[in-house]
Amino acid sequence: MTSNVFEYAPAPESRSIVDIKPSYGLFVDGEFVDGHGTSFKTISPATEEVLSEVAEADQADIDLAVKAARRAHTRVWSRMPGRERAKYLYRIARIIQERGRELAVLESIDNGKPIKESRDVDVPVAAAHFFYYAGWADKLEYSGYGDRSLGVAAQVIPWNFPLLMLAWKIAPALACGNTVVLKPAETTPLTALLFAEICQQADLPPGVVNIVTGAGATGQALVGHTDVDKVAFTGSTEVGKAIARAVAGTDKKVTLELGGKAANIVFDDAPLDQAIEGIVDGIFFNQGHVCCAGSRLLVQESVADDVLERLKRRMATLRLGDPLDKNTDVGAINSAEQLARIRELSDIGEAEGAGRWSAPCELPTTGFWFPPTIFTGVTQAHRIAREEVFGPVLSVLTFRTPAEAIEKANNTPYGLSAGVWTDKGSLILKMAGSLRAGVVWANTFNKFDPTSPFGGFKESGYGREGGRHGLAGYLKGGE
Amino acid sequence: MPPSPTTATAEDAAAQFSDVTRSDASLRGFLHGLPGVDQVGADARAAALGTRSIKTTAKAYALDLAIRMVDLTTLEGQDTHGKVRALAAKAMRPDPADATCPATAAVCVYPDMVATAKEVLGESGVHVAAVATAFPSGRAALDIKLADTRDAVEAGADEIDMVIDRGAFLSGRYLQVFEEIVAVREACARADGSSAHLKVIFETGELQTYDNVRRASWLAMMAGGHFIKTSTGKVQPAATLPVTMIMLQAVRDFRETTGQMVGVKPAGGIRTAKDAIKYLVLVNEVAGPDWLDPDWFRFGASTLLNELLMQRTKMTTGRYSGPDYFTLD
Repeated sequence: MTSNVFEYAPAPESRSIVDIKPSYGLFVDGEFVDGHGTSFKTISPATEEVLSEVAEADQADIDLAVKAARRAHTRVWSRMPGRERAKYLYRIARIIQERGRELAVLESIDNGKPIKESRDVDVPVAAAHFFYYAGWADKLEYSGYGDRSLGVAAQVIPWNFPLLMLAWKIAPALACGNTVVLKPAETTPLTALLFAEICQQADLPPGVVNIVTGAGATGQALVGHTDVDKVAFTGSTEVGKAIARAVAGTDKKVTLELGGKAANIVFDDAPLDQAIEGIVDGIFFNQGHVCCAGSRLLVQESVADDVLERLKRRMATLRLGDPLDKNTDVGAINSAEQLARIRELSDIGEAEGAGRWSAPCELPTTGFWFPPTIFTGVTQAHRIAREEVFGPVLSVLTFRTPAEAIEKANNTPYGLSAGVWTDKGSLILKMAGSLRAGVVWANTFNKFDPTSPFGGFKESGYGREGGRHGLAGYLKGGE
Repeated sequence: MPPSPTTATAEDAAAQFSDVTRSDASLRGFLHGLPGVDQVGADARAAALGTRSIKTTAKAYALDLAIRMVDLTTLEGQDTHGKVRALAAKAMRPDPADATCPATAAVCVYPDMVATAKEVLGESGVHVAAVATAFPSGRAALDIKLADTRDAVEAGADEIDMVIDRGAFLSGRYLQVFEEIVAVREACARADGSSAHLKVIFETGELQTYDNVRRASWLAMMAGGHFIKTSTGKVQPAATLPVTMIMLQAVRDFRETTGQMVGVKPAGGIRTAKDAIKYLVLVNEVAGPDWLDPDWFRFGASTLLNELLMQRTKMTTGRYSGPDYFTLD
């Protein structure tokens, strides 16, 4: 008569709130204009459905965008009192909130991330960044970095948090009086283009924000343009190094936020149920497409078996599928290319002798999918313990003492973030002081707030975004 | 694999913990050695599970299940035999207009009302639960608590809802609390060798910390309680999602260790169908689907039932109707 199976019926968020146009141009000087490169298609990674045709900016288009930004900087934006600039930023923040559902649905369609994340994290945190930096715009003289803007900022952002990374880049730049030319990733341009509409809706002066779409060549042309004063990049370490080489010898200021291979360290006195949530959140949030993902679990040997058993049981409850379903926990991998990379590194992990276990879940037949996966018996010598997978793949290592945990956690070319799980406050402080990582989370993971600076050690990049420190990269007194 | 719940008995479990429950010191060592609970993280997890979207067929399933899990409760000084008879009738047929509507799990009353409730319920399958042990404060001598329990069992109670001595618990006298639960459980025995089921109420609003809730859960499970229950309904806050989650984690871990299943009953403060469904999501994703059964999960509630019925009627007719279309009790 009755069964114990509680099947959650599909609960999809409606797509009707978004209006995706068949094609998009570039946003230059306050207007949408045609691009002169070869236009490209953006697809939904969950279904491979073509969503829209997007213009590619070539060198000439970039030149126009930089010129528009320069003009807006010289004539309008840098001369405007901070309190006036703040009004625009507050207005943008409010419009992001008002159109939050639209932005969230569009983000999930274009990126593949679960609607619950775009709705509860990406969009509200993006709005929070605009609110936060709006508050700084008229108080820059108290920032410690002066109040003189740099000029034109060339900003290149990744596909993992398209709208949120845009907010991280644009909000502080504008608050400090700079104008921007921003290039979203080629697989996820749609929310940036909707943001362009929001700039129009907010009556932002033309040229203050310019959005140019395209792939690597467009990005190269943008950061290499001779008339930009600042380059801000979030993405892979490989591209970050190329950018550092390209701007070497110029007087462009650079902020790089690159890869990571964060250690999430669980001590034997940790609050275990919450640590399990932190491990899951650390590596399966946003399908592991997170530069600060906790991709290496370092667990104290005395609780390793218990933690693994609990982790597997928890992973079995993760719901993978339609990104627009409100009950989906794990969405689609962003692109075929990224899926291939995840598969390749996972196969290498298996070939190197690590134990592979994936949560039992059915993968949809179309689109790009990878089940939440852990590798056990991983050592520092394994490639999956060293290279960034940028997917839902966790490497599990063990340690015996705090000193060994520190040694292993720091034994990586990266240094973006780390997590520490223990009930002992003094151990948290000791670990935080010894870990070479830009962010150390204690008894939590993947928490983002505009008031907190974020950035890396070593090959994870340089410069800080967020908080008061985030102003330094956009002001002349910042270094 | 843990032993299956059908083969492990409470006696097996008790034997497994005989070393732990030997002295106050060993019991304290065990309870304080359980993994701690990070309050911020626990609250966040419970809130996240509360955002699950339960619609259409899933909602219909959840509403019927929730009705079957209700311990329809009246625990007032003003209770009369007439009131209890009416409540018992309602428990058997919550929606007289709809024969497909399931009965509730039990009615929950004071011991002196057990016979009256039993008279109405008979062999309907709806159980009679009685609060005992100087409910709600538990401030009485042990022999009085035991007499209270025996009285309710003799009157025909199928289930006994006891309160722990929170004063003893908070002052660290865990063994005293443990031994009291064991004694009450023995007092649940009937002449024919069977036994009333024992629910152990913690009054989590008085224990306050999640670490305490986890320790109390293990203490009650080791002492042989069949159910662990959040609250009397007389103290605020009563049941909350995170507290219930901590208890569901405890019964899950207890089964992993002993093979023995223990039930969970949040009581007090659950008033809307939406809230009830959030609890069922917790049960499903924290303890697991085995607990999605009135034998293993209950709601201690009174007004909740009509809210569930209204939503149920809305699901079948597509229209909301007013409270006058549902019986008061």
